[in-house]
Amino acid sequence: MNCTRVIILTFVAAVLLGTAGAVFAAEENRGFDIAARSDRTDLGFGDSEVELQMVLRNAAGQESTRALRIATLEKADESVGDKSLVVFDTPRDIEGTALLSHARILDPDDQWLYLPALKRVKRISSSNKSGPFVGSEFAFEDFTALELNKFDYTYVGEVACGDLTCDVLERTPRYENSGYTKQVTWVDQAVYQIRKVEFYDRRGDLLKVLELNDYRDYNGFWRAHKLSMSNVQTNKQTDLIYGDYSFNNGLAENDFVKGRLSRLR
Amino acid sequence: MKRFLSVILVVAFVAALAGAPARGGEVDVSGSVELQARAFWHDPQWAGQDNRALQGSVASITEFRWRNEDGNQRVSLLPYVRWDAGDDERSLSDLREAYWAYEGDDFELLLGANTVFWGVTESVHLVDIINQTDFAGDIDGEDKLGQPMVSVSLQRDWGEISAFVMPYFRERTFAGVDGRFRPPVTVHTDNALYESSREEKHVDVALRYSHYIGDVDIGVSAFSGTSREPRFVPAADGQSLLPVYDQVDQLGVDLQYTREAWLWKLEAIARDGNSESFAAAVGGVEYTLYQVGDASADVGLLLEYQYDGRNEFEPVTINDNDVFVAARLALNDTQDTAVLAGFSYDTDTGETFVNIEAERRFGEDWFAELRLRAFSGAKQGDTTWWLQKDDYVQLSVSRYF
Repeated sequence: MNCTRVIILTFVAAVLLGTAGAVFAAEENRGFDIAARSDRTDLGFGDSEVELQMVLRNAAGQESTRALRIATLEKADESVGDKSLVVFDTPRDIEGTALLSHARILDPDDQWLYLPALKRVKRISSSNKSGPFVGSEFAFEDFTALELNKFDYTYVGEVACGDLTCDVLERTPRYENSGYTKQVTWVDQAVYQIRKVEFYDRRGDLLKVLELNDYRDYNGFWRAHKLSMSNVQTNKQTDLIYGDYSFNNGLAENDFVKGRLSRLR
Repeated sequence: MKRFLSVILVVAFVAALAGAPARGGEVDVSGSVELQARAFWHDPQWAGQDNRALQGSVASITEFRWRNEDGNQRVSLLPYVRWDAGDDERSLSDLREAYWAYEGDDFELLLGANTVFWGVTESVHLVDIINQTDFAGDIDGEDKLGQPMVSVSLQRDWGEISAFVMPYFRERTFAGVDGRFRPPVTVHTDNALYESSREEKHVDVALRYSHYIGDVDIGVSAFSGTSREPRFVPAADGQSLLPVYDQVDQLGVDLQYTREAWLWKLEAIARDGNSESFAAAVGGVEYTLYQVGDASADVGLLLEYQYDGRNEFEPVTINDNDVFVAARLALNDTQDTAVLAGFSYDTDTGETFVNIEAERRFGEDWFAELRLRAFSGAKQGDTTWWLQKDDYVQLSVSRYF
């Protein structure tokens, strides 16, 4: 009798513990699943090209503008990062300056900088994750780190965001040299796009807020056309205003090699 | 004066043309005009040199670029003109680029004049041999003259191979009698001597392989033809030096290992020159401290050592047994403010060279650069002896179109 009771109680306890564990694991996986669902809406875009304006605004409201072009080549395998090429058209003194990145997941990205005045290609360190990208409020990691597996995710909850409902996730960088302890992201439940990100600095204080607006649908691939990054500590702001994207431009690996950097203009 | 007028004409032409960026099939015109003032605080060392403390020049580069609708053909035309108020030999008209290029999926064919850079180090560019140096323009060797060529590049999974055939040689520019940065007698550039009987029409050839393996970038190059560096022999009248351009064969290798904030760099060459074969190398490290003091500024620290095994029958080099240290401050602000301070020390002779460069953008279209250069420690007969009184500060202001 005693023996049976012990067995039953043990069984009940095991079931309860197991259920609790499964529930807990589900909550933990839920963050990753939502991030993965968002990331996978982009699967199969192939390649894209876009022109954009970068508007930098200081605390006094003074503006300066940069024009740039970004080409991206998708690597379908989630364990390998995409390849991208950023070329500056203005200011004129840096016209033709280009940054080639071969993103990796946890290892540092491979990056080359092209300096047109000397026609020099220079391999640069990509450990400068948290440094400002060309004087803007975007850090290098904000530009290049948007690979699913670069972060761990925790599900936080559900809130209204504009007309939509968003899942809120906390993501922590898994790669080294990040300037952030965590990022809180809002992902909508309708088309699974990121609407807002809060960046917390190394001290754990809120540093920057990124808002992603003007999403447009390119045959199932969603792209935000206005990104506003506000630094809440310095009151500086950088807006990225995108033109129309073009997809399936026939870009290939050879368009993302360092030897091409001197041929872009 | 004629060159001054041509600068004015080019500026007017560019100002008239410069507009919105071109789309496929249209010509994109851009460029800049630079006003440059140099201040020297020592009286000149040699007879005939302009003794004014303040010397000025104006330069203009215009970039005409065209690409066809398909994007696989492009034409580039980059005329550069410089007018120096004091030294006629420092005035120059050049085509830094004037080429047509065709690109396939994995190759490029280029016909015309172009500028090509090879290498990884900062203090001296040993491997870089395609283009002649515009030494009258700047003594740092970074200003180049366009090189006529036919070049073919092939891109493969295992790297890029480029071949160059160069049918015409460009002579190095040197200061004239009025100019600073010259030996006691001037270099008589109109009477250059060549080892080859074809003189400047000798056909030079070069090959380069470039790739990267993980964190290591590698370049291997070979060159056979007219040396870009001249030797000097006294002219018959004893009043000038004649440049002598030998035939040389040169093998070069450049390596960079990029690991976190460290860049480890090496360039090495072996040259079969005028007298015998010799080797030269430069190696060092660049380390960057990111976001110093919690600000957005970066500080880069550079250390390089230069070795050169050449004898006295080869072109003179100042980079023979020297240590170079430098610090580079980049504020990463909207104006791209940056300062580089460098110091070179010749461990054999004790000669030193200080170089400070500061630059910043103003507004969207203006750019200013301040340079200070100072020489010291040379004894009579040392390589930089003839530059000892040429310390200077230079301010240049550029307007971009």
